[in-house]
Amino acid sequence: MDQTTLNFIVVGLSFALYFGIAIWARAGSTSEFYAAGRGVNPVLNGMATAADWMSAASFISMAGLIAFVGYNNSLFLMGWTGGYVLMAMLLAPYLRKFGKFTVPEFVGDRYYSNAARVVAVICLIVISVTYVIGQMRGAGIAFSRFLEIDIFWGLITAGAVVFVYAVLGGMKGITYTQVAQYCVLIVAYTIPAIFISLNLTGNPIPGLGLFSTMSEGNAGEGQYLLVTLDQLLTDLGFREYTATTNPWLMALYTLSLMIGTAGLPHVIIRFFTVPKVADARWSAGWALVFIALLYLTAPAVGAMARLNITTTMWPAGIEGEAVAVEELPDWFETWQVTGLLGVEDKNGDGRIQYYNDANPDMQAIAAERGWEGNELVTFNRDILVLANPEIAQLPGWVIALIAAGGIAAALSTAAGLLLAISSAISHDLIKSVFNPNISERGELLAARISMAVAIVVAVWLGLNPPGFAAQVVALAFGLAAATLFPTLMMGIFSKRMNSAGATAGMLAGLITTCLYLFLYLGWFFIPGTALLDSSQYLFGIPPTHFGPIGAVFNFAVAYAVAQATAAPPQHIQDLVESVRIPRGAGAAVDH
Amino acid sequence: MSDNQGSADNYWTKNLRLIGLCLVIWALASFGFAILLRPLVSGIAVGGTDLGFWFAQQGSILVFLVLIFFYAWRMNAIDREFGVDEE
Repeated sequence: MDQTTLNFIVVGLSFALYFGIAIWARAGSTSEFYAAGRGVNPVLNGMATAADWMSAASFISMAGLIAFVGYNNSLFLMGWTGGYVLMAMLLAPYLRKFGKFTVPEFVGDRYYSNAARVVAVICLIVISVTYVIGQMRGAGIAFSRFLEIDIFWGLITAGAVVFVYAVLGGMKGITYTQVAQYCVLIVAYTIPAIFISLNLTGNPIPGLGLFSTMSEGNAGEGQYLLVTLDQLLTDLGFREYTATTNPWLMALYTLSLMIGTAGLPHVIIRFFTVPKVADARWSAGWALVFIALLYLTAPAVGAMARLNITTTMWPAGIEGEAVAVEELPDWFETWQVTGLLGVEDKNGDGRIQYYNDANPDMQAIAAERGWEGNELVTFNRDILVLANPEIAQLPGWVIALIAAGGIAAALSTAAGLLLAISSAISHDLIKSVFNPNISERGELLAARISMAVAIVVAVWLGLNPPGFAAQVVALAFGLAAATLFPTLMMGIFSKRMNSAGATAGMLAGLITTCLYLFLYLGWFFIPGTALLDSSQYLFGIPPTHFGPIGAVFNFAVAYAVAQATAAPPQHIQDLVESVRIPRGAGAAVDH
Repeated sequence: MSDNQGSADNYWTKNLRLIGLCLVIWALASFGFAILLRPLVSGIAVGGTDLGFWFAQQGSILVFLVLIFFYAWRMNAIDREFGVDEE
């Protein structure tokens, strides 16, 4: 049986599982559709949150993102996990106590204003739609790469699968499917990592192996893995793996990702599904446990794969001869076909020299040894995860599992985002603003239709991604940090914050963040319309790092406006009091 | 009523203090040891590199985990102490 057939079987089995869950977990009421009937066990909710949170980017790209830069990109590890501390202590338990279904609903009720509600809906939709484009794209690429089908049909399949369980089951279907998807993706991610760690260091836990010594039979035997890697990379003219560059910018970007994570609506609504406030606190911890299983493994996967590929290119060490073209391993050939790896024997010596040809010291060595530039011309960062099972010489079903895992990661995140979008439309726009008298059945139907429309739009955007797809993720995090997070936090922690203050603050965060992004990346990201370039960054701050500064604008404007206007009415101050204590959360379920 | 209010204020102050403590540790583990204070702890060797690198790629995440569970455990106890837990 060839690999593609095997991939089809494993991916097909995973889909059968998701469909089975969808039929079992059909939603019969709006409470089930929006919040899974608030009956989800906190540990299972943690698992679902982990799958919801970890996207195709976390699964396929993050290890490579770290491995090609080294220490500096640890900011992704810290930024995308540290936000859970903020969420667990500053938002999740109180929003669960509030006991409603969506994030804009809290904003609208707490600030007794439909204007604030609508601004929150706009922020939510901008954040979630930009985010979902990347997921659909990721799913399409995973389908086309592993199953060798056209990206068009890949996206249609992805849309159809999400349609079945999201439209049928709403939050309930999505939650239990995400639990299954988490299991698939974590098994797929850790099995190859464990084998590679065993091969290199003899330690089965990759996170520990990363800090262990190289085991017998490996280059640099008895020496620490990171020392070996640092040495190898500096000898080839690359930057040292563990070196620091600009700590202040690194700290700012980390903070931006942390606050952004805490303000992402599709993650926040997951905490509305647990039965109690205490469960929301525990559940945030469980979510991080399940996320950490992947995030603690990822840096090891990245470093080990980079070491493996580098030693493959230099089997006799850098002093010796480079690898001969005909001696390249089989997996190297396979991945060359996909265009993720590419070699070009520039000096025609039948060997492939891999080094940093932009480094002047290396240019001198190259002239001496007759090299004519780096010959590993394509080295895509995604390869570090995708080729892992083959590097570790694992059987075909593990490769198929990686396929199912990548698709699971993309689908689970897309479904969570689509639910956040559709519930904002059916619950916050249709029910709260346009037609408050809508019946429960009418609202459920509206929710299903919004979900279906959102899926069609997401598939269309995946097929015709706007040119700015790469920048929009920065926009999503920056906006979440600058708009929703401060507004939600002030709604809980400041009784004095009123409608005028919160609305002005949200707009200030939204406008400053968009302005800063647009100035440097072009108006609405249209190429050629940027007014300033990267040498003109304000205080050297890149637009991707702007989230916390937008948040400061939000807080400052909100505070100033709230001080100048009347305090919120008594029943709102009582609402804040009640949100702060857990007692009575059960009663808020039915409304 | 005023007693109730006093107790609610106490409960909230305790919560804020606990959050403050947790966030100081949160910042120290990530922005501190892993990034800005890395040069200060660079003398401490961990597995072929320094403590700061370990914090950046493993330690900070482990600290976050402990903090969230610690907060949940302490807060649930404080809820019971003030009688505001869910029955």
